[in-house]
Amino acid sequence: MIGPDGKLSPGNVGRLSRAPWWLLALALGGTIFAWRAATSQVYAEILVRILSGLGVTLAVTAIAFPLAIALGLATALGLVSPSPVRRNIATLYVQVARGVPILVQIFIVAFVLVPLGVDALHWTGGGSGALSGLRASDVPMGARVVAALVCAYGAFEAETVRGGLTSLARGQAEAARALGLSQRQALRHVLLPQTFRRILPTLGNDLISLLKDSSLVSVLGVRDITQEARLYASSTFRYTESLTLLALLYLALTLLLALGVKSLEHRYRRHAA
Amino acid sequence: MQPETPAHPPAGSPVLEARGIVKRFGAVTAVDGISIEVRAGTVTAILGPSGSGKSTLLRCLNFLEIPDKGEVLFEGAPVRARDRDLDGLRSRVGMVFQQFNLFPHLLVWENVALAPRVIRKLPRHEARDLALGLLARVGLSDKAEAHPQELSGGQQQRAAIARALAMQPAALLFDEPTSALDPELTGEVLAVMRTLAEEGMTMVVVTHEVAFARAVAHEVVFMDAGQVVERGPPSQVIDHPSNERTIRFFCR
Repeated sequence: MIGPDGKLSPGNVGRLSRAPWWLLALALGGTIFAWRAATSQVYAEILVRILSGLGVTLAVTAIAFPLAIALGLATALGLVSPSPVRRNIATLYVQVARGVPILVQIFIVAFVLVPLGVDALHWTGGGSGALSGLRASDVPMGARVVAALVCAYGAFEAETVRGGLTSLARGQAEAARALGLSQRQALRHVLLPQTFRRILPTLGNDLISLLKDSSLVSVLGVRDITQEARLYASSTFRYTESLTLLALLYLALTLLLALGVKSLEHRYRRHAA
Repeated sequence: MQPETPAHPPAGSPVLEARGIVKRFGAVTAVDGISIEVRAGTVTAILGPSGSGKSTLLRCLNFLEIPDKGEVLFEGAPVRARDRDLDGLRSRVGMVFQQFNLFPHLLVWENVALAPRVIRKLPRHEARDLALGLLARVGLSDKAEAHPQELSGGQQQRAAIARALAMQPAALLFDEPTSALDPELTGEVLAVMRTLAEEGMTMVVVTHEVAFARAVAHEVVFMDAGQVVERGPPSQVIDHPSNERTIRFFCR
């Protein structure tokens, strides 16, 4: 809330009330759990099993996120474009991708668009050479899921980038163009660097969301940490232990990311203006 | 470096010419058919009350506002409102803004070096040397490594002038360069501008600083309601105005 001094958040309060108690509580709970886990054969077994999916979870996130940002950047430039064609195409994509649940998008990409795309490839004669024998079933589920996540998150990033771009003072673009920089040069050297500094917190949040949403790949049987936990739980009926451990693992990952984003933010904050 | 005396404007060839410029914003005609000619080595001051269209006219000269009618000639050749033409014109005609508009993500010297690096593809160290030289000219050698936000308003504006000089422009446009500064800081910016004028820089200055215009300008263009009311040397327009509107403005 806004304090009497007009400042947001805790502001001028005592040291004790400013301490990150939530982190302490979390660390305490984590320690207790870790101690139980360390002394229990069952937990060790579950942990090893779940961690075997960690590579997939991280890979899906790490591949999808930069692609989503690239798609979002291109779309954002369309959203602010003077060309009505580009603007409308970009808007159409954003509205559709934001309005359909990610889970549904995953199904559509995996079971509708990919088979359609493979058919279209052969129909147009594009599937020559190495691709001539390509069947829809050759496209790995992991790739389909990444494509769907990129599609869904590209729309979020487009709105984020557009918001950042339009929040810059008009004088920045004018000063860049007045120097003789072309539109492209002005974007690359003046506007986008400032935009990215400005939207860093939002990008960090989106990265964390994407890491969590990567758990959706399990619906296609891709063996990320969620899928491993589910498989283990259903074969042993140890739902409590498996799912608790799974949740804690996500929590640990997202907290790590949040800390990383915070330190990046801190580095750039002074000169974001 | 030959100091020019305002009383004898040098008869250089025209660097910038505007012919019959009209600019409308909706129902408002901000600039209503104005022609001006800016000769090499001269200082043209555009004066007038707020909202008279001074800044709009200035911004039409480098197409930050695209004129609805009329044409702009740079070094005798008409400029068309196409991107490539404009980038060429703008890299030869520097602009200084009321709000400085320095790039906050770059150091002061990087602000100055940006256009030479990006447009002229100057290597980093050469662009840096160029920037340091220009910063020395505006008295900011010690601020080269600072961020723009760490500078006072006057220092920021001087850095912005150095940035505008970086492409070795044929002319400089100033859009109320001291209007965002307190009186103490105004002086240091005007001093830099005066030095530039004495060195023979061609300048068009939109300003409310009457004393500066009187001392430095070769020609004063007095505008009201989108039109030129009176123009001529400052000794005439400012000291002995003939138009009733001009008289009212200067005899405050």
